[in-house]
Amino acid sequence: MTLGPVGARPAIFRPGWLRPYRYFAFRYKRTWRGTVTSSILYPVLYLVAMGLGLGHLVNEHLQAAHQTGRLGGVGYVQFLAPGLLVASAMQWGTNESMYPVMGGLKWLKTYHALLATPVEVRDLVHGHLAWVATRVGGASALFLTVLAIFGDVVSPLGVLALLVAVLTGLAFAAPVTAFTATQENDAALPVLYRLGTVPLFLFSGTFFPISQLPGWLQVVARATPLYHGVTLARSLVLGRVPVVDDLGHAAYLFVMLGVGLVLARRSFSRRLIV
Amino acid sequence: MSSRSALAAGFRPPLGSLSAALFGRGRARRLVERNVVAYKRRWWILATGFFEPFFYLLSIGLGLGHLVGRLELDGRLVDYAAYVAPGLLASSAMNGALFDSTFNVFFKLKIAKTYDAVLATPVGVGDVALGEVTWSLMRGAIYSFAFLCVMGAMGLVLTGFAVLCFVAALLVSFAFAGLGMGATCYMRGWQDFDYVSMASIPMFLFSAVFYPLSVYPGWLQVVVSITPLYQGVDMIRELDAGLLTPALLVHAGYLAALGILGLAVAARRLGKLLRP
Amino acid sequence: MQRAGARQEELSRHPGPAGEPARGGEVVVARGLTKSFGDFVAVDHVDFLVRRGEVFGFLGPNGAGKTSTMRMVSCLSPVSGGELSVLGMDSGASGPAIRARLGLVPQEDTLDLELSVRDNLYLYGRYFDIPRREVRDRVERLLEFAHLVEKAEEEVDTLSGGMKRRLTIARALISEPELVILDEPTTGLDPQARHLLWDRLYRLKQEGVSLIITTHYMDEAEQLCDRLVVMDKGKIVASGSPRQLIEAHSTREVAELRFGVDENAAVASKLTELAERVEVLPDRVLLYTEDGDEAVQAAHCLGLRPEASLVRRSSLEDVFLRLTGRSLVE
Repeated sequence: MTLGPVGARPAIFRPGWLRPYRYFAFRYKRTWRGTVTSSILYPVLYLVAMGLGLGHLVNEHLQAAHQTGRLGGVGYVQFLAPGLLVASAMQWGTNESMYPVMGGLKWLKTYHALLATPVEVRDLVHGHLAWVATRVGGASALFLTVLAIFGDVVSPLGVLALLVAVLTGLAFAAPVTAFTATQENDAALPVLYRLGTVPLFLFSGTFFPISQLPGWLQVVARATPLYHGVTLARSLVLGRVPVVDDLGHAAYLFVMLGVGLVLARRSFSRRLIV
Repeated sequence: MSSRSALAAGFRPPLGSLSAALFGRGRARRLVERNVVAYKRRWWILATGFFEPFFYLLSIGLGLGHLVGRLELDGRLVDYAAYVAPGLLASSAMNGALFDSTFNVFFKLKIAKTYDAVLATPVGVGDVALGEVTWSLMRGAIYSFAFLCVMGAMGLVLTGFAVLCFVAALLVSFAFAGLGMGATCYMRGWQDFDYVSMASIPMFLFSAVFYPLSVYPGWLQVVVSITPLYQGVDMIRELDAGLLTPALLVHAGYLAALGILGLAVAARRLGKLLRP
Repeated sequence: MQRAGARQEELSRHPGPAGEPARGGEVVVARGLTKSFGDFVAVDHVDFLVRRGEVFGFLGPNGAGKTSTMRMVSCLSPVSGGELSVLGMDSGASGPAIRARLGLVPQEDTLDLELSVRDNLYLYGRYFDIPRREVRDRVERLLEFAHLVEKAEEEVDTLSGGMKRRLTIARALISEPELVILDEPTTGLDPQARHLLWDRLYRLKQEGVSLIITTHYMDEAEQLCDRLVVMDKGKIVASGSPRQLIEAHSTREVAELRFGVDENAAVASKLTELAERVEVLPDRVLLYTEDGDEAVQAAHCLGLRPEASLVRRSSLEDVFLRLTGRSLVE
């Protein structure tokens, strides 16, 4: 990596988060092959298994019952695809903010090493999240391309779904980063995954419209950020022109990202400045 | 002191100790005891492991199930949730067995060096393999039992053969406990665990948990049907539907053989790694 | 820890001078013991004998073959050649029976990270099939022995290096072994923690437990060992009590002279007449002599002006230097 000699360019032109960001990017060069396969493989497998396999049964049933309108008039795989995109973005964002952050804080102490340089805590948090955004963006772009090849991106507006995926990934990454930094060890991380990520993945409108849920659970689902990301991405991919509702979804995600960012800065400071 | 000849004979393990090397010297239960004590402090890690298949049952089985309608099983139409439930029971058994036999065994083997300490006692390599596989099987059994109770409470148990479904789930756990442990003994680093996911996730998605094998083209049906999870899913689904066929014995024998194979591989490999 | 009456009796026996046969015979006998990994011979035909009740040391630098020897003696690693009998049993045929009667403190602590301090001891005892109630009693006594009563419920991760080491030693004692093997017991510990550990090892010895210790610290070997062997490159190069070794391989005193950087070697040639033997190290010159002060005086008379000088008694470090031409800790 070329961090560049100090003074080669006036430091003032270089944002502080860039140093940790470049460090994370440099390390990723060694491992990217494995992560590309695994991060893109699983969403595609879900798409094939659920979208095509199970979707076959869903389409048959809905056509027989003349209820194709329940999925907004598209086939099941078209319904599922944008949901999987955003739900995967959530998982990429949270995964990058659990074990890697714990590693930086405790196992490898990378963060301590970075803070021994002119990098500040806020730079570290921002650099980490910028890196997460890159990872989520890259994986999402790849998945979106696969969807386009499958013919599941109905509208050119679908390109915007990439932004929704990155935003959703970050909206999860920020608070999860904050949470990880409060933990002494990784014991709580699988629990967060099992009781947080998994139910969100399954109940936030990814696999079926939340109108299928009992009334009270619909209220809960609406409160989850994933629901907003999925709904927003779905209307873009299916070519609905953005309306006020969609702005609301986006606003919700931005608020969550902002709150998460504040929390992450705070818990990093508490953990690293002692 | 032994005589010279006895000493010379000792350099190679005598044939009689082969069974001891494979199946331990009766101290395997000490490893189980160790895991029970270790989880007393982290019972919630154990407890939360149950939820994933349960959430799938609620989400895919009930939520999406309304859009799938009813499926044919053994000549009659059943709700989609009742169709999926036996498949998820098999998945519970698989997941439960894989948690400990893969990640946790690797942690103890390579990171914490727990087995190095254990083997400085009279406990042998075979004990370690058998003990860990037994514990993984027990964990799978706990989840299977809990899942079966949930199925019962939700009215998804189709016939009175639930007890046999549980026995079948134990076989699934045993197969994956053995396979998981055997594979883990060959892993070099955490990155190799990608292979565990690369095996278990596609199996979970494609082994007829969610829809019948008939969805696939013929050649793919053959590929899927040799996966251990499919064997378990099919066995449990048939038992749940009250079907007692000779095919059950084939499923059971296949799963038991995989478990024993994994166990034997693990014991052999552990010996090489830990007693060089 | 209290031990059986027979052991208590041995307490009264003052550790005799090395070479004097101890009561109760040998706990370890090795003849032509060899360990090879492929082409590499880690332990090369070594012979040694450890007597009941003594502290026996293996002194040598890293890579000398000490750990491989320890792993064979504790039946963790099969013997490649030669004979090895431990506690009267053949190591190849009776591994579990031997391990049931010895305690091992490995170089790495290998504590169970998922268990509390107390559970580490408790479960280790259970691996020996000791009944539950009996283990619980022993755990309490060992927690006191290891100064860890207050840490009993803590996770192992939170302990300091010295505490972990004491816990590992306590763990090795849970089965009340006749022979305890300690592989580098104090490497990486601060001086205070070392002295506390040494104290615990003395107590064990007092109770009649036989101890085998490997170390690359000559002070540790001098302090603890009744007899020791010096190992280098897989071979035993000398054996005896610390005093015997020093007498046989070194002089009474050593004068250490430090000249300027790069001057030591040039000056040394002028010093050969002043001592029985002269060793040149990168940073100083060692004069082996019966009277160190006299040697320093003589050097001054020759018009040599060392930047610093020091007179001390010979140690095992000097023995090792003499035998191998290298320092112990490099």
